[in-house]
Amino acid sequence: MSTAATVPNSAAPSRPGPPAGDSARPPLTKKVLTADHPTWCPGCGDFAVLAAFYRVLEKLQYPHENIVTFAGIGCSSRFPYFVNTHGGHFIHGRSLPFAAGISLGRDDLHVFAFGGDGDGFSIGGNHLVHTARKNVRLTYVIMDNFVYGLTKKQTSPTSPVGFKSKTDPTGAIDQPINPMRALLNSGASFIARSHATQVNHMIEMMERAARHDGFSVVEILSECVEFYAGAFDAGNPRKGGAFRTIELKKNDGTPEDAARHDPTDEVAALRLALEPWPGPFGVFYEITRPTKNRLEAELVARTREKTKGATDLDLLQASFARLR
Amino acid sequence: MVGLNSPPAGAGSSDAGSVKTVPDAVIRLAGNSQDGIQTIGGFLARLAGRSDQDVMTYMTIPSTISGGPSIFQVRMGTGEILSAGDQADFLVAFYQHSYEEHINSLRAGGVLVYDSDHVKPNPDDRRFTAVGIPITSRTVEAVGGAGKDKGKNIFVLGLIARAFNLESEKLRDLVTARFGGRSEDIVRNALLAFDAGYALPVENLLGHCYRFDRKPRPAGRPQVTMDGNTALGYGLLAAGVRYGAGYPITPWSSIMEMLRTELPKYGGTFVQAEDELSAVSHALGFAYAGHLAVTGSSGPGLSLKMEALGWGVMAEMPLIVINIQRGGPSTGMPTNVEQSDLMQAIYGSHGDAPRVVLAPRDVEDCFYIALEAGRIAREYSTPVIILSDQALATRIEAFEEPDLKKLLADPKPDLAPRGADYKPYPLGGATRHAPPGARIASGVYPVVSGLEHDEMGHPTGSPVLHQKMTAKRRDKIKRLGAALPVPEVYGDPEGDVLLVGWGSTFGPAREAMARLRSDGVKAGQIHLRHLHPLPPGLDEILRRYREVLVVEMNDEGLYGFGQLATLLRARYANPAIRSITKTDGLTFKVSEIVEGIGRHLAFGKLRDIPVQR
Repeated sequence: MSTAATVPNSAAPSRPGPPAGDSARPPLTKKVLTADHPTWCPGCGDFAVLAAFYRVLEKLQYPHENIVTFAGIGCSSRFPYFVNTHGGHFIHGRSLPFAAGISLGRDDLHVFAFGGDGDGFSIGGNHLVHTARKNVRLTYVIMDNFVYGLTKKQTSPTSPVGFKSKTDPTGAIDQPINPMRALLNSGASFIARSHATQVNHMIEMMERAARHDGFSVVEILSECVEFYAGAFDAGNPRKGGAFRTIELKKNDGTPEDAARHDPTDEVAALRLALEPWPGPFGVFYEITRPTKNRLEAELVARTREKTKGATDLDLLQASFARLR
Repeated sequence: MVGLNSPPAGAGSSDAGSVKTVPDAVIRLAGNSQDGIQTIGGFLARLAGRSDQDVMTYMTIPSTISGGPSIFQVRMGTGEILSAGDQADFLVAFYQHSYEEHINSLRAGGVLVYDSDHVKPNPDDRRFTAVGIPITSRTVEAVGGAGKDKGKNIFVLGLIARAFNLESEKLRDLVTARFGGRSEDIVRNALLAFDAGYALPVENLLGHCYRFDRKPRPAGRPQVTMDGNTALGYGLLAAGVRYGAGYPITPWSSIMEMLRTELPKYGGTFVQAEDELSAVSHALGFAYAGHLAVTGSSGPGLSLKMEALGWGVMAEMPLIVINIQRGGPSTGMPTNVEQSDLMQAIYGSHGDAPRVVLAPRDVEDCFYIALEAGRIAREYSTPVIILSDQALATRIEAFEEPDLKKLLADPKPDLAPRGADYKPYPLGGATRHAPPGARIASGVYPVVSGLEHDEMGHPTGSPVLHQKMTAKRRDKIKRLGAALPVPEVYGDPEGDVLLVGWGSTFGPAREAMARLRSDGVKAGQIHLRHLHPLPPGLDEILRRYREVLVVEMNDEGLYGFGQLATLLRARYANPAIRSITKTDGLTFKVSEIVEGIGRHLAFGKLRDIPVQR
């Protein structure tokens, strides 16, 4: 793992940054990072998320071969095909345990997982909870469009009550998941929310998530123009809505600072999560707690201290000697 | 079977009077699971291994949380021991229920030792030499204390040590090593119990004691003694597995417990996942990251892994998947043995998803098959399933210590830069996964996908490419099949009957074959370790026998054939192939196989040949 410069972050230590030097490498640019032409419908919110992600990688300048983008199944899960890095496309709902395997197996990699609301909150809901609980070091971007788009308009776990779909022709009757509340409950150590029409905000949230040392999640409201047009207008000023951002505490002692949000305050974050639609955007929650990556590395270090530098062969031979 | 009271193996090998020399003996300990009979069974097995004897154990475990009737059977002696024995020569009954349940597993003329504090044997049953010993009160007396009977297992160990002239010092060492980590009191009490049992002049009660025929083993490496799951676990470590993930399920759990303890020593880790789907997904993530990874489970858990396994086939990812089979379907008989997951291992999952399926034949083979699985997974970039079973997982055997120095595989991921012409899925060549961290000279990074893809991994809807890529995935497994060794034929190379087995039926099938031959039947046996793909040369071997009987622990199904028999009939269209199957959750006894053969032959061409003693 490198010890190169890291960018300071308000609440958490950063992940290892890119290795210093190697000036022979050309910088990572959008041009280098562009792969297949996206297969999304014209007007899909995911185009903007992709553009913002290129920008984030341009800012981070990780070594090209150490970036991994993976996804589950769904429209948004096509994402990795459009980014020229190591990566791929796993099965529906399981991108997080797969990405956790990559992250825990290789601490030198920068792992990004992408998916939609069905992948993250429905079929993969249990994995979201446990990856968050274990605080595996990776960044998860959920492009939430409140509908199943790839399968052509069925109710999703985030579809509001009353939403008419092919599986609820008279309107959805089940209460939807509140993603921010669910993520807070699951114990994720970085939780943010953004809107696909707000490119600079998305870049800021994804960059902060990428720099967070732990499991970081960004939910991005990303409109499905085919099957749920106008779903997020309430958060889009150009459509008459309000994009209200969360101001974070600066700890500057000023009177106005008292009204700002403390992202380490779980209860305050929960209050933000319970605000009426469309709610606020920004960093809801961010704390430092040991990652599973670090805890496993410490377990290895403690164990190896006891075995005093024994080689794999020494260890195996000693085990067999005990079974004689 | 040769037993305690059988004639001595050779002239002059029997001491007149008080010592009888026997080639081997089957000792069955029957009690409750909390009595620690597994512990002393384990000591006996370890002692046999240390004394260069052959040994095999068999145990039943109740699926209750704590307690319940339980047995441990040890067959130890000189010469090759292939099964744990159909009938016991020496039965120790701790309770009335143990006596009643197991007295009929004692062969006529065998020795019954019972705890006279708990057991009242039927005085009219004169088939056995019955010896009553107040095991409980003698143990309490020896250890002192407040009347607790803890330690009576060790008392019995001392008793057996005396009856069979075992090396008591080695046993005392094993007891000390086992309990030494806890407290001095525990070791002292254990040794007191052992000495009290050993001091009892059991030879006076039996009229004699026993000694195992001493046949020096050919000089070689020392023997190690362990159960099948332990051997599999060490095999994985030797194969270069440093990462894995699993979810607890019996009887797979002991492998994941072991790996969770061992892997950090080797710089790796084992993840206890939230479910089976997450476990296989973690393992595939480790594999994608460049490691040789493992996941495992038992029957129902393997079913849950199937979707991700389909991805592993499509994405051509190396992976080892272990399935410790148990009685099914559903929760079934979780602590009993069955071989009913063969079809699910080969054909489970969706679509055309060819993958490799191997099955170890005994405890030693559990170690070597893990190494082989690792080699195949890497070389052919494919998931490999190892089908073990509950009986193999829990039974203890001694085997020659492997040459670890020669066998240990390098676990490092291959992060070497790939050339500009690198393609993850070349149609004309072998798939070689480039894990992240590997630079690609062309600057075009590969995608690894569950969608049908082109040579670079990008999705395609091309009918031609789907056909070609399906063939590519199938042909590499066929190439492996062609490179496998032709199965070894034991017994007669041609003739009346060929027994075909897989997995843990190896020992009993081999003994059954030997028994047929001693009855004048021209009989052979093959044992398949490679179940998918099947090895070459099998067709020709099967055609050399008039009857081909496949022995397996699963149901004959709707059409009258077990799972492997069905596959062999489909593959070779040989009408001589028939089945000997059973689903009682217990390992095959030699006599059951012999009777099964008899049933087939009674209606066949060989009806005049006697096959039963």
